[in-house]
Amino acid sequence: MSELVLSKRFGKPDSQLLATYLADGGYEAAKKALAMDPDAVIEEVKKANLRGRGGAGFPAGIKWSFMPKDDGKTHFLCVNADEGEPGTFKDRALMRHDPHQLLEGIIIGCHAIRADYAYIYVRGEMWEEKAILERAIGELREKNYLGQGIFGTQKNLHIAVCTGAGAYVCGEETAMINSIEGKRGEPRLKPPFPAQVGVFGLPTTVNNVETLSNIPHILKNGGDWFAGLGIEKDGGTRLFGVSGCVKKPGLYELPQGTNLKYIIEEVAGGLLDGKTLKAVIPGGSSCPVLKPDEIDRPHSYDSMRDVGSMAGSAGIIVIPEDTCMVAAMTNLAHFYAHESCGQCTPCREGTHWLHLIISRIEAGEGEMEDIDLLLEVCHNMMGTTICPLSDAAAMPMESFVTKFRDEFEEHIRLGRCPKNGQLS
Amino acid sequence: MALEFSAESEARIQRALEEYYDRQAALLPVLYVAQDQFGHVTPEVTELVAKRLQLPRMHVESVASFYTMYYKAPIGRYHVQICRTLSCAMSGAGAVIQHVKKKLAIGPGEVTPDGKFSMEEVECLALCGSAPAMIINKTNYENLTIEKVDQILNACD
Repeated sequence: MSELVLSKRFGKPDSQLLATYLADGGYEAAKKALAMDPDAVIEEVKKANLRGRGGAGFPAGIKWSFMPKDDGKTHFLCVNADEGEPGTFKDRALMRHDPHQLLEGIIIGCHAIRADYAYIYVRGEMWEEKAILERAIGELREKNYLGQGIFGTQKNLHIAVCTGAGAYVCGEETAMINSIEGKRGEPRLKPPFPAQVGVFGLPTTVNNVETLSNIPHILKNGGDWFAGLGIEKDGGTRLFGVSGCVKKPGLYELPQGTNLKYIIEEVAGGLLDGKTLKAVIPGGSSCPVLKPDEIDRPHSYDSMRDVGSMAGSAGIIVIPEDTCMVAAMTNLAHFYAHESCGQCTPCREGTHWLHLIISRIEAGEGEMEDIDLLLEVCHNMMGTTICPLSDAAAMPMESFVTKFRDEFEEHIRLGRCPKNGQLS
Repeated sequence: MALEFSAESEARIQRALEEYYDRQAALLPVLYVAQDQFGHVTPEVTELVAKRLQLPRMHVESVASFYTMYYKAPIGRYHVQICRTLSCAMSGAGAVIQHVKKKLAIGPGEVTPDGKFSMEEVECLALCGSAPAMIINKTNYENLTIEKVDQILNACD
């Protein structure tokens, strides 16, 4: 197996505690970074080719460099721990097993972007993870690793845990900012971007949990080392989550750009019960679905884009031959209809109608025109809303209909679901 | 009678006010405090929260109504939330949901007559690698089977 970076301490006794983290060399990277010029820290992260692990893959160092300098304003770091993309379960593991790795990344990030406050926005249902983070923050406050003049420097830093309350859309950065301010989690129009006008109207960077958890390692071992772990323009390792019909579902840390077919067949042990592969969702449910002949390629931002999908959150959902694709997509259409915040008409109406129309087809009550109607609704939903939730609902639907159109037609011809709604 | 926060709730509210940047930023945490004390979020509860945080009542009401984890109707002492989204559904969540409905004789959003259980089908809980999964109150249960669900529910007292 390749080198473990993020998950190295997973499963070790008391891996959540400050004492064990310090014994493993923890917070040395933070001390090193705090002695550096903030811009030098940003340069190191740029050199690492670290791309955002929330799903969009934007280069983290460049994002940090958008923050204003010497503007005299208070800056904020908001940590996106609102993990809710179906098929994704990596941030939960990072918080559960190694909260100090994340907190050290936050301290370094706050130094780089000159922030005095960091808010970790943890999804509402993650009670256990919130408690773990709060305990870890308490440990740091006691040691004066947080508060006024941290680590004996001039730096002040307050880190607090914020809580979501059951809204998927709050994973979108501007919705999260509104939610942290104590408002409805409705996305904001951009521009202005958070680096100019973020939380409480002040300059803000939003980073994902996994992105920040990489930071201590980059500062400790250097950007070049990190870049060398991955592929061109895409450094480091990644936590791949494999779920669905595989022998060994779970979380696997592998180099960026590891072959997707290899992850499914070798790492996750292949399909359960000797079943045949029908389809793969490569990076959380919002990514267009791939057919088996499309997966023998690197799982990276660029490679997945080249095949018409996305690396997304690296949550890989494996779908076997006996799954009804119409039933599977109906399940996801329900999700998006439930999670649309309702602010933009194409999304509020579109997600709802997609769910109604595909449910009708699955129930055997569809008509042939319904198939193109689905595609038409998808077309009207893409690129027409404030945030990407609408696209995220339309993209998988479009790919399911286009790539598995014969299954949709069969439902309509037979007047029933040929697999009786079977999912695996 | 007008509702009042208990001393314990008031202490938690104080901590929230110290933790966050301004009063409004404490709203989501304080709504949880209120829900913990009063069971669910009624118009009387939002009025109390609004008064305590000196926020417009309209604002508190609109925020409480946006988020699904603020319950607008009573829930059971054990609130069973079972994931229905794709990875869990592919791993047998459908059978788990049917079993729980039958065993508790309630549907989503309903409470058993003794007030002990309520159940809900929820969207992805980020436990897809150990599907199917559910949450009861604040505890996760993973890799569920019908037998395991029976054991868990039978152990609730």
